[in-house]
Amino acid sequence: MSPGLLYFSQLVVTGLVIGSVYALVALGFVLIYKATSVLNFAQGEFVLMGAYICLWVIVDLQIPFVWAFLITMVFSVILGLLVERLMLRPLIGEPIITVIMVTIGLATVLKSIVTLFWGTQIKVFPQIFPQEPLRFQGIVVSEVYLWTFGSALFFMAVFAAFFKYSRVGIAMRATADDQQVAQSMGISVKRIFAISWCISAAVSAVGGILIGNINGINITLADFGLKVFPAVILGGLDSIVGAIIGGLAIGILENLMGGYLDIYFGGGVKEVAPFVVLVVILMIKPYGLFGTVEIERV
Amino acid sequence: MRKVAHSMPTGLFHSTYQDDEKIFQTVWLKCWMGGLLLFLFVGLPFMAPSLSGIFGFSVQHMANMIGIFIIGAHGLNLLTGYTGQISLGHGAFMGVGAYTSGILFMKAGWPFWLSLPAAGLVTAGVGMIFGVPSLRLRGLYLAIATMAAQFIIDYAMRNWTSLTGGSGGLNVDRPSFFGFTLDTDVHYYYLILILAIVSTVFLKNLLRTKTGRAMVAVRDRYLSAEIMGVNLFKYRLLAFGISSFYVGVAGGLFAHYNLVVSDEHFTMWLSIQYLAMVIIGGLGHVLGGIFGTIFMVLLPEVLRIPAEILGNIYPNIFAIFGTLRELVFGLVIILFLIFEPDGLAARWQTIRSYWRLWPFSY
Repeated sequence: MSPGLLYFSQLVVTGLVIGSVYALVALGFVLIYKATSVLNFAQGEFVLMGAYICLWVIVDLQIPFVWAFLITMVFSVILGLLVERLMLRPLIGEPIITVIMVTIGLATVLKSIVTLFWGTQIKVFPQIFPQEPLRFQGIVVSEVYLWTFGSALFFMAVFAAFFKYSRVGIAMRATADDQQVAQSMGISVKRIFAISWCISAAVSAVGGILIGNINGINITLADFGLKVFPAVILGGLDSIVGAIIGGLAIGILENLMGGYLDIYFGGGVKEVAPFVVLVVILMIKPYGLFGTVEIERV
Repeated sequence: MRKVAHSMPTGLFHSTYQDDEKIFQTVWLKCWMGGLLLFLFVGLPFMAPSLSGIFGFSVQHMANMIGIFIIGAHGLNLLTGYTGQISLGHGAFMGVGAYTSGILFMKAGWPFWLSLPAAGLVTAGVGMIFGVPSLRLRGLYLAIATMAAQFIIDYAMRNWTSLTGGSGGLNVDRPSFFGFTLDTDVHYYYLILILAIVSTVFLKNLLRTKTGRAMVAVRDRYLSAEIMGVNLFKYRLLAFGISSFYVGVAGGLFAHYNLVVSDEHFTMWLSIQYLAMVIIGGLGHVLGGIFGTIFMVLLPEVLRIPAEILGNIYPNIFAIFGTLRELVFGLVIILFLIFEPDGLAARWQTIRSYWRLWPFSY
């Protein structure tokens, strides 16, 4: 391969891996939005919490990874449940801005709790997946990247199956489609709301653990949750397929833009590029690739 | 939303629309307002040094910060509270104002009385660019669009080094008028105070005009508003423009007061604080912006007092004070939204109505 093409493919591959984690977190985000029409600004903090809890259980409690993972899942489910019960349920029927603001407040609280307990330094995950680089046609891919990509795809598949075949999953889709009808068919909408938050927190925690394995974690991991917005806007706010495709696309896009434009703008393009893309999408196709277009009739 | 108990003073019978629209409905209100102005112009600067001794922080400095942020909060309140457009980018817009005034004043040598309005105008332009999607987007989508604006502007402030000085910041001098330099906090206080009063009066009056009523109509039910002939795009964009102008002026004032402008002042955190100010104060109340700002600016200072008491017992509390402050800040937002969603201004109305009829409140 020519050096130019090699550089390009290297960027695409790395972007694809990061994008798969975006997709996973975006899945959690869309889940909440679809079921409860709440825009969750604390998604990144769920990622953060998951990563730190897992790290804490592994390093300080000396528990093997598989168990630590399960404990993290249980913790995230409880966190999601508490958030839904204590904060979102009293606000059902309140204006959008109130609900948005409460998730922002939640984000602040969770972030400062993490800082209080674990400080702001970068913490390195103990090696769970091997780090050896694999070479394929000259493209260097660390093994941990492959594991991350694989796990992300695996979890997405699990959730897809869950929505398609399980009773609760179908009930969730019904609720997202039409709350009143779902309720009249005997589905407890309140329970579905709670389950959505639980699953979303758990999915985000998985994302946090995966990304922690690649980079190590510190408090800026919470910004990861904000990158989810470009992904879900690209895919359409209420589409699960859209979230996955949007996540992958944003991962690749930000890596490519970072790789090619950093020299012109003095670095850090990767951090801002997704948001430029976001504004452009909002201007030309506000409901994204797969989102439901709101049609208003008087 | 909860209904606010609202009563009129006894003996007040409006017979014309003009009567009903008066800002000062009774002579008493005028007296109170006069007293308040007297206090702000004479009493506060006079008492500030001794008050600072009692509270342990500079009262004058706090008053200045409150004044600056009141202007910005009024701007956001016009946009979010009166026109119903959520903005998560006002922190960055304030930065645009600060840099514009700073650069024009320091690098281009413009006089302050030109650079400050220029800061407002440039910010209004930037705000309107990011407000364009508001024609097609509402609520959630607009929140995301303005959040993107925050990140893009933040990036520009940090990386456009030739213009902004990058992370090293931009040094700005205190302004001078015709040879008279506003070099002390008290001098600057009068400038801020006058501008804060002008902005409040302008906002209050804007809301009584056709424009203001159109904005409220857009907020309440935009479809009906459009059918009644309100041009949605025009008023949404206008709201973005005026709102950004306000916050740009606040940014300019901040730049000349703080003497250094850097991107660290205008992060997402500031946007969140602005939103918290108007929500805690009360969306859609002019008083809301004022109450909310006073609350949010004083909160960290008030928190310092228990921290100092606890500091005697747990000496390491100061190391985590910043984090604790954020924690309390987040909790305050959440608790306010759950228990007092209409904000401080609504509470104020209730208290006033109660006293108006006291002791015969039934």
